[in-house]
Amino acid sequence: MEQRPSALLRIAAPLKSLVQRFMYLGLIGAAFGLMLLGKVDAVLVDRVRAEVTDAVAPILEALSRPVATVSKGIQNFQELVVIREENAILKQQNARLMQWQTVARKLQAENVALQNLLGVVHDQSANYVSARVIAGSAGAFSNMLIVNAGTNDGVRKGQAVTSDRGIIGRISEVSNRSARVLLLTDINSRIPVLIENNRTRAIMTGTNTSRTKLIHLPPGARVTPSDRIITSGHGGAFPSGLPVGIVASVSDGGIEVQLFADYAKLEFVRIADFGLNGLVDMSVQKSSAKHKASGRTGKK
Amino acid sequence: MSIAFWQKLDQTARSITPFGLSLLLVILSVVPTHIPGYAQIAPVLALVSIYHWAIYRPNLLPLFAVFVLGLLQDLLTGTPPGLYILVFLTVYGVVLSQRRFFAGKSFTVYWFGFAVVSLVASVESWVLGSAWNFALLDFNAVTFQYLLSLGIFPIIAWIFLRWQQAFLQQD
Repeated sequence: MEQRPSALLRIAAPLKSLVQRFMYLGLIGAAFGLMLLGKVDAVLVDRVRAEVTDAVAPILEALSRPVATVSKGIQNFQELVVIREENAILKQQNARLMQWQTVARKLQAENVALQNLLGVVHDQSANYVSARVIAGSAGAFSNMLIVNAGTNDGVRKGQAVTSDRGIIGRISEVSNRSARVLLLTDINSRIPVLIENNRTRAIMTGTNTSRTKLIHLPPGARVTPSDRIITSGHGGAFPSGLPVGIVASVSDGGIEVQLFADYAKLEFVRIADFGLNGLVDMSVQKSSAKHKASGRTGKK
Repeated sequence: MSIAFWQKLDQTARSITPFGLSLLLVILSVVPTHIPGYAQIAPVLALVSIYHWAIYRPNLLPLFAVFVLGLLQDLLTGTPPGLYILVFLTVYGVVLSQRRFFAGKSFTVYWFGFAVVSLVASVESWVLGSAWNFALLDFNAVTFQYLLSLGIFPIIAWIFLRWQQAFLQQD
């Protein structure tokens, strides 16, 4: 009877370390399994991700507010330092914009008159939902935002997300109280765009850096730095004409675009419902979830 | 209620703090800071936590907890699922196997150890991320992220060392 504990211990100690080692390998295996699952069934992973985000959203919201207040305070102070120069620049800009306003009014009137003559079918006007940015991540691995509006507020997957300077991304996952925005800079983002002045079509893809790239240009297309890029509206997911960015450089490595939106400063975003279903129609997604081969349709 | 019950409750509350603090760091790493350029190179704060507790109190941050932290980091930051689980498990495993080396060493050695371990973690995450996306990801961002996490390390580590002295002394 007295020998029993020591004998048990002699067997138990190596067994425990064996179990631990097995568990370590098991968990590593599970992580690889999850990676594969993410490739095979992206829809399922998106669902889980949306639910977890939703659960953490109240904490994120509570944390994001004081941070936003502090950063706003710092920004106010910084602006105070350069207020004179800023004022001079704004006066100049104002004078220039006044001239533009005259031109724009004249063109708008002309445009309305011509459209009436031709009987142009107008795009549907949008409904906007404004939401606070409660979390975000940028960098080499993912570029996304989490906002505090979800299906309860009328947010749907695939809707365009805009800031005051133009489009910033689209809704990739949505849950009851929160939604995830896939930013244009993310490597999984693909949106149809136009080069504004010569109306050349292209696809803009993210690279997980601050600049994006234009791909699939028609042969012989002419692109020069400082060309403006706007959304084209092809595919019916986004409306046309939303400002995107300007061409930053054209080289053998590709055409790089500098986006208008400044992701670091975003505190609120507008989620636009243009009444377009297009490529990200939910019925299409459901059928693609069934045929697992095309499970990544939602990312396109 | 007996005193033993309260003591046990107190003990339990103290011993879950390593996991709680790590969880807080995972959540804090996605809160938007509004600092220009910071988001692109925001360090993975939980890495410091896992490194620290693997050295000092691995019994309070078991393997399974590390897995959960990695999973949450993946789900919140939108990285490929499994990426940070693998990175966290690697760091935990490497540190645990070299635990004797760190025992009783100075803060500089402790910091240097983190520099080595997080370098491995950065390269691993870059390789995994690139493989998952079938594209070479931007290595500059990873490099700067690494350097920034080295800079932030002493602050978090100091807080953890203090925390440990104040609340986890009895173990």
